[in-house]
Amino acid sequence: MTNSTVAHKSASEKRKQIAYGLTLLVVGFLIYLFFGRNTEAGVVTTFGLNLAGSQALKIPDLVVPAQTTVYMMMALVVFVGAYQLARGVRSTGLLLGILAFAFIFAFLTWAAQAKSFNLAGMLSSMLVRATPIALAALCGVISERSAVINIGAEGIMLISAQVAVVVGTLTKNLYAGLLAAILIGGVVAALHAFLVIRFKVDQIVSGVAINIFGAGITSFISSRFLQSGTNTLNNSGTFPIISIPILSKIPVLGPMLFENNIVVYLMVLVVVAMHIVLFYTPWGLRTRAVGEHPKAADTLGVNVYLIRYVNVIIGGLIAGLGGAYFTIGSVGRFDETMTAGKGFIGLAAMIFGKWNPFGAFASSMLFGFADSLQVKLQILRISIPSEFLLMAPYIVTMIVLTGIIGRAIPPAADGQPYEK
Amino acid sequence: MSATVPPSKKTETKKAGAALGQALLVPSLAVVTGLLIGAIVIVASGASVTKAYGALFAGSFGNPINFFSALQVLFSSGDSAPLLKAIYPFTESLVTATPYIFAGLSVAVGFRCGLFNIGAEGQFFVGALCSAFVGYSLKGLPMLIHLPLALLGGALGGGIWGMIPGYLKARFGAHEVVNTIMMNWIAFKFSDWLLNGPMKASGFRPVTPNIEASAELPRFFADPLRFNLGFFLALLFAYLVYWFLFKTTLGFEIRSVGANPDAAKYAGMNIIKNFVLVMAISGGLAGLAGSAQVLGVDHWVGQGFSAGYGFDAIALALLGKSHPFGVVLAALLFGFLRSGATNMQSMAGIPIDIISIIQGLIIVFIAAPDIIRWLYRIRSLKTEETVLTRGWGK
Amino acid sequence: MTHVLELQGITKRFPGVIANDQVSIALREGKILALLGENGAGKTTLMNILYGLYKPDEGQILVRGKAVDIQDPNDAIKNGIGMVHQHFMLVPVMTVTENVMLGVEPTKNGVFLDQAKVARRIREISDQYGLEVDPFAYIKDLPVGIQQRVEIIKVLYRQADILILDEPTAVLTPQEVDGLFKILQTLIEKGKSIIFITHKLKEVMHAADDITVIRLGKVVGSIDPKDATPEKLATMMVGRDVNLVVDKKPAQPKEAALVVDDLFVRDENENPAVRGVSFEVRKGEVLGVAGVQGNGQTELVYALTGLLPVEEGKIQLLGQPIHNANPRTILERGVSHVPEDRQRHGLILSFPIHDNLMLCTYYKSPFARGVVLQEKAIFSNAEELVEQYDVRTPNIYVNVGTLSGGNQQKVIIARELSRPTELLIAAQPTRGLDVGSIEYIHKQIIKKRDDGAGVMVVSSELDEILALSDRIAVMYKGRIMEILDAKKASKEYLGLLMAGIHPSETSNPQQEINL
Repeated sequence: MTNSTVAHKSASEKRKQIAYGLTLLVVGFLIYLFFGRNTEAGVVTTFGLNLAGSQALKIPDLVVPAQTTVYMMMALVVFVGAYQLARGVRSTGLLLGILAFAFIFAFLTWAAQAKSFNLAGMLSSMLVRATPIALAALCGVISERSAVINIGAEGIMLISAQVAVVVGTLTKNLYAGLLAAILIGGVVAALHAFLVIRFKVDQIVSGVAINIFGAGITSFISSRFLQSGTNTLNNSGTFPIISIPILSKIPVLGPMLFENNIVVYLMVLVVVAMHIVLFYTPWGLRTRAVGEHPKAADTLGVNVYLIRYVNVIIGGLIAGLGGAYFTIGSVGRFDETMTAGKGFIGLAAMIFGKWNPFGAFASSMLFGFADSLQVKLQILRISIPSEFLLMAPYIVTMIVLTGIIGRAIPPAADGQPYEK
Repeated sequence: MSATVPPSKKTETKKAGAALGQALLVPSLAVVTGLLIGAIVIVASGASVTKAYGALFAGSFGNPINFFSALQVLFSSGDSAPLLKAIYPFTESLVTATPYIFAGLSVAVGFRCGLFNIGAEGQFFVGALCSAFVGYSLKGLPMLIHLPLALLGGALGGGIWGMIPGYLKARFGAHEVVNTIMMNWIAFKFSDWLLNGPMKASGFRPVTPNIEASAELPRFFADPLRFNLGFFLALLFAYLVYWFLFKTTLGFEIRSVGANPDAAKYAGMNIIKNFVLVMAISGGLAGLAGSAQVLGVDHWVGQGFSAGYGFDAIALALLGKSHPFGVVLAALLFGFLRSGATNMQSMAGIPIDIISIIQGLIIVFIAAPDIIRWLYRIRSLKTEETVLTRGWGK
Repeated sequence: MTHVLELQGITKRFPGVIANDQVSIALREGKILALLGENGAGKTTLMNILYGLYKPDEGQILVRGKAVDIQDPNDAIKNGIGMVHQHFMLVPVMTVTENVMLGVEPTKNGVFLDQAKVARRIREISDQYGLEVDPFAYIKDLPVGIQQRVEIIKVLYRQADILILDEPTAVLTPQEVDGLFKILQTLIEKGKSIIFITHKLKEVMHAADDITVIRLGKVVGSIDPKDATPEKLATMMVGRDVNLVVDKKPAQPKEAALVVDDLFVRDENENPAVRGVSFEVRKGEVLGVAGVQGNGQTELVYALTGLLPVEEGKIQLLGQPIHNANPRTILERGVSHVPEDRQRHGLILSFPIHDNLMLCTYYKSPFARGVVLQEKAIFSNAEELVEQYDVRTPNIYVNVGTLSGGNQQKVIIARELSRPTELLIAAQPTRGLDVGSIEYIHKQIIKKRDDGAGVMVVSSELDEILALSDRIAVMYKGRIMEILDAKKASKEYLGLLMAGIHPSETSNPQQEINL
């Protein structure tokens, strides 16, 4: 009896092991098919490790023989795949990490053969591009940890982006713009909280309404006021880059992590702070309890509604910060629908990050990477139409949501209104 | 619980009557409230509400005085030109309502199965592109073959675009709200490529060639009136959807899966099949919305063709309580609003986006009838609310 | 005599229902008061009022002679009142410590949670009252009996001296029940007072110092346990003489309807739930499956009815394999299924009665012709079944969700029993129902057996198992401990099996099956 249980237990795991192993082998073959066959012997690929204008110490660029590198990547994947088939690797994360690394590196080596590709530039734009996604994701994390779904981050960010640039231009003070953006985000989120908690509106419907309303009101204001007053209302300038002394001198990492504007630093701060609050403070404990089993929290005298209101509003403040990124943190003016679905990609990042602040941050970085990679590839002018590269983040999001790369379990009460 | 008092037959009918009254009352008040708040926004932006809403009305219904004097002209002199001019705004509103009916039905069918299709916009676009392709690439066909083929193309294109998120939901539990939005963006990027490449007409602009005359939905009046067969086709589809949902076993399955997927599974229904089927139907209807617009009105497709239809469709389905006939009424309302708003923009300088604001508000009020009841002090009636969405799925 | 707690004239109305009507009860200091009443009598409503979860329409609450105003659970806790709910109020993905301190968290530096301090206090309480538990274990990993301890610790951590236990024995084995009563005794010795809510007659007589009986929201009377007999209590509780035994003739078992061979099933979270189960159900007999909730019975039924995949093993219905068939195939082969969770699986609450009565056969004649539904046939079928199965409803067009629990269950019974049935699988068929409905449903199940169907009844109520079964299988941790003849089964013996203890190691379950 005991034996059969054990054998039985591993049956589905055995299937999984074989599936992963075969996937690795197939990817190895694809690397050969697409990249290996199309690289020429004797050609080198140059990876730039220095960013123009940064304070980092200069280091020599990475120059690799293209064909050899691609075949090495292929060999790595095939070897790991074979090992997986024969013995099995415990960590699927490790497998996928190796897979992604090898595939992308082989791809870049192929794409940039006989040319130069600025790796440092791509990495530093990765964090910047991940910022609004991460902030939208964090807005989702804090709300959903208390079981309120907020898919209105997109609309909140649009409104905040507009408010930031208008206030910033009018007061000629970017920090006033930043503050206004954050506050208006909180106000809109409070409205969402009010609708879903007090009136028990379907949370997704309310979020959709916020998105529609946000797109409508910003376009309305934009076409009625901002186009005529481009310079007086819609021209704020952007936050300066703040270099952190010493740390910014580190090659590659310096320009990526320590030469950014205030919005990016604030985002990192929010990640850390949210993690501490959620897992090490009474407020976090209550929040998690309300998200998992609100009735249990209620019977212990925890005010379920208060917890939800506050967390949703905090989420709105964070999304407001994300909105500020688009205008005063990036281009200095407002364009209609400039958020381009980043709020929804943030939701995917939240799910992929398993409703944890650091998880959400890491998966946002993944999307930021996809985003910046596609921009850099456009510069390389490889034989893929740019429209298809532009689709990449959306396709990645859909793949993430299938849960093939690990299923995430939302807070148990997520999306359900609480009735006493 | 102790003694439950069984309600008598009389109170039952009375209750049913009151419920129907309120079913109509709340949406009407929601629309009125939306317009009122819209008025506040207009005032706040420094424009005149009377001028704006006057232009809105004239743009959607036309001027009744002009209509009657045009009738006189017709009877006295036999000249129909003034009459056609007088009914122009009204027919234009019906033209605008046509794709709305299809798109609203699309989202309503999804709601009935517990699926939230925010991707009507992308499906609309893909449907329009497919219809346009069939419309301009096939030549020399008789209309009786070419037009149905073009419509079918649109339905298939939209259907496939909707089916993909449906399958991902059914197979992996991936939430359709996010996935349909992703499919929208993919549709936009994909169409950018098509319109700049394979489907580009000769010339500078990224648009498709004009469709053949044999693929056009026939119009009832001479130019500039664009009122066409599409409107009646939309009404026909509204009835078909009603019949399908409420009178067939397939519709029963769909509604069961929407109301309680666990019980549906227990009863032997195939959840995966229903999710995929409903998203395909939903996408197909959205695709037909695009077809109706291309084949009946524009005759070609350009960038940004579908802007806003997806979100409008959600408002329509909610306003129509996911019932096909309700959707038709809601679509007519939106047709008049949108059509009038164009006039409002040119006559009163109010950006057309005001309609989006009003729509957002209407969605909120419909989804939270308690707000309307509270605003207007209407006594609440306990009615079963349909579940629209379920968190992140599994 | 000092009353530590008194409720005076409490009335609570819900739309269309008076849940509590002028209820007055009194709890003596250091005593156990049993509040007895059948399901739906209004006991839980009363306790929720006491705990501040509902507000009474009339009446007042006195703690130690002083009137108190209890607005929410915080007020109740402040007044020393603690509640152990019927459905445990524990967050499964959190630790014991986190659950215990929720709402009254001590902090370090005024900001950070001080888990170590709470864990120390939990250990103290454990030692003091004999409530052994690991403070850092996750709730989801703990067996139900231990979870109940955590609930009690939660109450004691808040220094309550009046404890309310709502149906605390519902999820326990008879031996665990004895353990609980020992704990209650310890609590009484340390000066606590306890209200103990139940509908089980024998427990009351065993454990209580005072008994108050509630029926239809009203206090029927109080009685001294020494003067109480089960018959007397049952009559007070139900309001008429109750036949505690189901009338049935001896079974006439024929050929096997269902044969299950070495079955393995995983639950919805992919954890092993059924681990190697073999048994058979013959036509014309009732096999009762006993066991504490959560020992794989649910998943066993789901696998038999196609709601969960079978990982390994065989299921045969009348000699045909049906493992991993879809629910419809199984249904069409003649299986009727009364599901455990009637609102989740059994009914579509927002659909009218007539649609629910054809939920499983909507696609067949006479309800459909091709794909077109035949409303006439649907309505006449519903009219007939509502009449025949005594469903109390204004008409067949109202939503099932508006019916009472008993009538909802009758709708399911009507639908499932009106089909030609080879095998009836009834899971917790009477959970939460009043005695009248229970009697009716039991009769229907036995009738189905006498008509020649094989019947499998899964229940966590031992009384129900003993009343209905011809043979009894006891499940523990996904396995069948033993299958025995119902006539030879005693509650004590079954209880040991339910706790995973085999009283006679010599008896071999495999042999029992072939009897």
